[in-house]
Amino acid sequence: MVSGLHALHRKLLRELVRLWAQVFAIALVMAAGVATLLIGVGTYQSLERTRDAYYQSHHLANVFATVTRAPRSMLTKIGAMDGVLAVDGRISKVALADIEGVEQPASVRLISLPPQQTGTLNRLYLRSGRLPEVANHFEAVVSEIFAKAHGFREGSQFGVIVNGARREVTITGIALAPDYLYAIAPGEMTPNSGRFGILWVPERTLAAAYDLVGAFNAVSVQLAPGISEDAVIAGLDQLLDPFGAQGAYGRDQLTSHAYLNAELQQLRSMSEVLPPVFLLVAAFLVNMTLTRLIALEREQIGLLKAIGYSGRAIAWHYVEFVLLIGVIGLAIGVSFGIWAGNALTEMYTRFYSFPVLVFSREPALYAISGGITLAAAVAGAIRAVRAAATLPPAVAMSPPPPPTYRRHGARGRLALPLQQTWVMVTRHLLHRPWRSAGGIVGIALSVAVLVGSLWSVGGVEFMIDYSFNRTERQDAIVNFAASKPRAATTEIARLPGVLGVEPFRAVGVEISHAQVTRRIALMGRPATRPLTRILNADLKLVPIPPQGVLLTRSLARILGVGPGDSIDIRLLEGERQRYQLQVAAVVESYLGLGAYMDIAALQALLGDGNRISGVNITIDTLHQAELFAALKRSPSLGHISLQAAALKQFRATMAQNMYVMIAVLVGLAGLIAFGVVYNFARISLSEQGREMASLRVLGFTRGEVSSLLLTEIAILVLLAQPPGWLLGLLIALGSVEGFSSELFSMPLVMGPEVFASASLAVMAAALISGLMVRRRIDHLDLIAVLKTRE
Amino acid sequence: MDNSSPARSDLLRVNKLTKAYAAGDARVVALDGVDFAAASGEFVVILGPSGSGKSTFLNLIGGLDTATSGQAWFRDWQITGADDSGLTRYRRRHVGFVFQFYNLVPSLTARENVQLVTEIAANPMAPAEALAMVDMADRMDHFPAQLSGGEQQRVAIARAIAKRPDILLCDEPTGALDSKTGIVVLEALTRINAELGTTTLVITHNAAIRTIAHRVVSFADGKIAAVDTNAERQAAASVRW
Repeated sequence: MVSGLHALHRKLLRELVRLWAQVFAIALVMAAGVATLLIGVGTYQSLERTRDAYYQSHHLANVFATVTRAPRSMLTKIGAMDGVLAVDGRISKVALADIEGVEQPASVRLISLPPQQTGTLNRLYLRSGRLPEVANHFEAVVSEIFAKAHGFREGSQFGVIVNGARREVTITGIALAPDYLYAIAPGEMTPNSGRFGILWVPERTLAAAYDLVGAFNAVSVQLAPGISEDAVIAGLDQLLDPFGAQGAYGRDQLTSHAYLNAELQQLRSMSEVLPPVFLLVAAFLVNMTLTRLIALEREQIGLLKAIGYSGRAIAWHYVEFVLLIGVIGLAIGVSFGIWAGNALTEMYTRFYSFPVLVFSREPALYAISGGITLAAAVAGAIRAVRAAATLPPAVAMSPPPPPTYRRHGARGRLALPLQQTWVMVTRHLLHRPWRSAGGIVGIALSVAVLVGSLWSVGGVEFMIDYSFNRTERQDAIVNFAASKPRAATTEIARLPGVLGVEPFRAVGVEISHAQVTRRIALMGRPATRPLTRILNADLKLVPIPPQGVLLTRSLARILGVGPGDSIDIRLLEGERQRYQLQVAAVVESYLGLGAYMDIAALQALLGDGNRISGVNITIDTLHQAELFAALKRSPSLGHISLQAAALKQFRATMAQNMYVMIAVLVGLAGLIAFGVVYNFARISLSEQGREMASLRVLGFTRGEVSSLLLTEIAILVLLAQPPGWLLGLLIALGSVEGFSSELFSMPLVMGPEVFASASLAVMAAALISGLMVRRRIDHLDLIAVLKTRE
Repeated sequence: MDNSSPARSDLLRVNKLTKAYAAGDARVVALDGVDFAAASGEFVVILGPSGSGKSTFLNLIGGLDTATSGQAWFRDWQITGADDSGLTRYRRRHVGFVFQFYNLVPSLTARENVQLVTEIAANPMAPAEALAMVDMADRMDHFPAQLSGGEQQRVAIARAIAKRPDILLCDEPTGALDSKTGIVVLEALTRINAELGTTTLVITHNAAIRTIAHRVVSFADGKIAAVDTNAERQAAASVRW
């Protein structure tokens, strides 16, 4: 018996070698499943763990709040609140930076460093150098990504406009902080490594510079486990209200955390959707291939049984066959998964500031992916194997009865002038409806994966067009460090290279309706001939009404209001009055929660005359350098956002993240299409090889005979398109739902080009596999086929 | 039955036709310098044991295989010099094949199997007419799986003759059939030969069939060992084995 098993194993290996192309195609689909699982779950897990460990070891706070100015004595009161473990008050200010050799104005966030790190929150991880000391000159530790962008090291110096005065900052070290994994300048969409950085400065230095001695303007709170965050936020708001509180928020609204979360969400949905798709397709391919193999080996099975092999031994023989395919798939998938996972992790390291990031290689994950891959393979094999095991030897050794076909539909009655080759193709497909349906589903899944990923290219382009061309049409946003009289507009307009100006007034407000409250920036803009525009969902211009407020769609949805409804607002500046305003219209926006009103109406509410917060400008690029130089020297400016630089950065970020992901998905979808079509075609050829050889003998050309198979594939591929599109649309809808948060949402923009390119890509993959099988038809051995009985 | 040989206007001519295969290190000569000619309308039975070269011969003159050396002509067109597309055209226009295992398309009915050929032929007969010639008019709409072996073979013959081929090549057409069914098939072949004047070459192991031919060619070891002309042809119905 041992030698017998040995012989069966040899048969197994030879079978694998003989069917290598089909085996390889199935193994690749399995590998894709394993790889996506490893990449998705592995990267997700490692990022999540690294993040959690970092947050814990460096004491990231749970709740954050900013005020205009609060005495440090308040910190004791906050610390005494129920559930508060630790509290940390800092000074946090945005300032313009003037870096030698850098034309564009950059900005930095200056954050105070307490004299002692122990007991503080959001602690620094010092990558190199030392912490700054209170000295005559202005010392600071700089964030790593910003330092890298400018080649800063210990001892480097550059200018910062600190509270209106230019100070020379000396770098003493390079650091990371858990609250700035991702540093985004206020009002921008993506981090810009060179244009925005963090400087940690000794508290005394900063307090003296901003006249905040004995005071703070940013507070972080750490909560005891199990404490309601909302209760603490409410308490904090109440305590800080007299000090110009801008509204406390939890980690979910901390920009750095929220962006990383969105990334993790994307990884998680990838590892929830893709691996099952691949493994399902792989199981189907195994089923299709094994069914045919067992049909071809019917007589051998009969013989093995006749000489005494049990049904179980034969079943195990075929199970081993699919297990081997599974092992090959696993080997490829695990190697690729590790490689791609490392590449992805490296990408994240460049993107997020983690002190260390290790790609998780937890044995359980490998065990799980191995287990479910092999399970999928065996599941696909069960039916075919059971048939082999239960076939009585006498029946097995006699040739199978010829396949019984029947007429389908009303061909006789309609008498369609269908060519017989078409009749052959349709009857062959209908003869095994489940297999044909499986093929259609497999191809449809690859179309769906493509539609579900390719649409985001158009979505991003739409967002770019929407944000940069249609709405925010200014070249730069000049934010003042503090509000200024309207006359400041004229000053800015006089600067060299400024073509157009539009003042704005932004004020923090608490906006509420019924029980729902949000803190947002209420933006006042001039209603006439605006540089910046507000559009509705149909991309139609929404004029700013003289009275009333415009709400962005996401804010209106959260508040549950529509045009004509009243909302309550409370100013978070000055006297903090409450007003009731009417919603004039709901407008479209993809970033954050926003509300707009007429600048004059807002100024009237604020009651501080016609003060403005900043100016949107258009720039004559010829005089850009002079303008930037002038702006950098202006003492009273906060941050300057450059649209062109923002767009460039936005595209670069997208290229790095989304397009890499899309490229991977396109490859994987192509793999499914190729695997399904190739196996389908090979099996179809195996079943119809004899008929095809007969047709060649009857005088059909190679092209005519090949067209039988290619037509069959074409029918499957065409039928797979509509369900594939629909499924892809659902995937896209799902990912839009999954991505949208209060921070940003993605428009579901899907033009016909998305469907067309997904279909073309799948058709190309199908065509390649079809042509590979066609080569076999061209080399059909006419004589051998005809001389033998099937 | 007409016992005289038709006039010798050669439709097929073969000169020193040779086919050799490499089998491992050895060279196997399947057909060894055969000379042969068949007249238009002639019915030739080819006899010989397995491996005598008769099937190789049939495949070469049918354009299914290429010769190692020697020439074969169909009228004045040289079969042996043609490329694949030339051979395909030749089979499509001039040759009908009948094989031992019928080789019908299982997904097509009897009529549709015949239509498969009439759709690509220049001057075909109606599928129903071809099936009527082999007495299959009443089973035209059956699928191969619903037909007996003899019936399947008659459909195969109808499919082969529907395009009015010049040559009908049959490789063991009765090999898979019992004698009673085999005789029905032979009757169909002789009737077509008589009615359409199709030059017919029938390969068989079965020496009993020799009596229905104008000429009997015996193959042995890749060569023609003997050629006998039947002074008197017998009707297929009288053949017994």
